[in-house]
This record gives sequence, structure tokens and C-alpha cells, in this order.
Amino acid sequence: MADAAATTGTLHILYFAWLRERVGLAEERVALPPGVGTVGELVDWLRERSAGHAAAFASMRTVRCAVNQEFADPDRRLAPGDEIAFFPPVTGG
Amino acid sequence: MATVRVQEQDFDVAAEFAALTLGRTDIGGIGCFVGTVRDSAGGRRIGAMMLEHYPGMTERAMAAIADAAQARWELLGCTLVHRVGRLRPGENIVLVLAAAAHRQAALDATAFLIDWLKTRAPFWKKEEFAGGGEAWVEAREADEQAAERWSGGVRA
Repeated sequence: MADAAATTGTLHILYFAWLRERVGLAEERVALPPGVGTVGELVDWLRERSAGHAAAFASMRTVRCAVNQEFADPDRRLAPGDEIAFFPPVTGG
Repeated sequence: MATVRVQEQDFDVAAEFAALTLGRTDIGGIGCFVGTVRDSAGGRRIGAMMLEHYPGMTERAMAAIADAAQARWELLGCTLVHRVGRLRPGENIVLVLAAAAHRQAALDATAFLIDWLKTRAPFWKKEEFAGGGEAWVEAREADEQAAERWSGGVRA
């Protein structure tokens, strides 16, 4: 990715099911925060944003993540422009 | 070869069968699974079920699940239809059809497809209780174990 995009791009963050209810938002766009390079570091940063965020990310045992619509682990690296979704373990079917 | 859809409206099982088999004479068996809304959960009466999903990722995940089934078995076609929105007890939720030359592949692929749909496609259910109140359905360990039994390699 070009340096210009790397400095101006934002993260598109989506929340589903009870994470959406606790955060109080279906989605938000944030600039990639300084010092945040991975999903896990983003979660630590998001926890500080509001009481709702803190409640949503209180236990990561029941939170799953997808980056650009593929399941992702906490150590997944992030880049500006990524779409990052947080949701509970799936219960379809 | 796979048909994958997410929709609010009901599906017609006979119509999906007809679409899967139209003009085909090589199919020897079709496995079918239909998931429906139960009227109770944990001893509580269910008034309705809300099904939420992640538009975009859902379709990609369902297509990937269909691809995985087609890589494991010699399927002659498969159909995955999953409903979203507010559903009442007795209503259809999900349809899986898997067509093959012989029954074992059709039946095994059908079981695989629903097991993986339940554990790898981004859908979430919220139960609305008949007596008031609501709760998100929690993922079941049994579903994860059912999906894991397919991790032992190809079963042709």
C-alpha cells in the first residue's frame, strides 16, 4: 500500500449482535491509532473509547473478529483501509 | 455449481430441488436438510427468532463452505439458502441440498454443509420469549464438536 494511503486511510469497524448493542454503534471509522498494529492492539485501544466499548470487549473469550470479511486472530496485522468486524461466536443454521 | 443465497423471504424446497436437478440425468441422490424455528428453548416458550448476519462476509463464507464440500466430495451441485430477519416458530430458517451420483456423498456432504454453516458463517440468533424478554443464543460446544468431526481429511 502506498505511503500516502497508509497515513490517510482509516479503519472501518463493524459490530454485530450483542457487541453492537453494548458499543451502541453498528459501525465507526477511525484513523489507525499510533502504536496499533494488530487486532489485539486495536481491541485494547477500543476499550478506552467508552464504557460501552469496555463492556463489549470485557471478555475476549466470546468475541470473534474478521478482517476484510475473513476470520482473523488477535495477532492479525492491520492496515489503513481494512474492514474489521467484531461479533460473538456464530449461531446460524 | 453451488447456489448460495441469504434472504428474508421463505424458500420453496420443491422449487429449489427442481432448480438443482433441471436438465440433469447424472444425479443419483440428493441430500436435504431444512432447519426450522423451534417453539421452545431451555424450557421457555419462543415467540419469535431474530436472525442477524454480516452482509458481504456471509455470502463469501457460504460460498467458501460450498467450495469446501465440493472439494471433499464429488458433488453434482449444492444449494445453501439461509433466511434472516424475524421468524416465527415453525418457519424455515435454512436449506441445504447436496446432489451426487451416490447417496453416501450426498448424505455426508449435507451433514458437513449444515455443520459448517452453523459454526463458520456469520449469522446470529436472538430469541424473543413469548412471556417477554429476549436473549442472544449462545454458541453450543456440541455444534463446534459436530463441525470438528469433519477435520480428519477427505471422506469420499
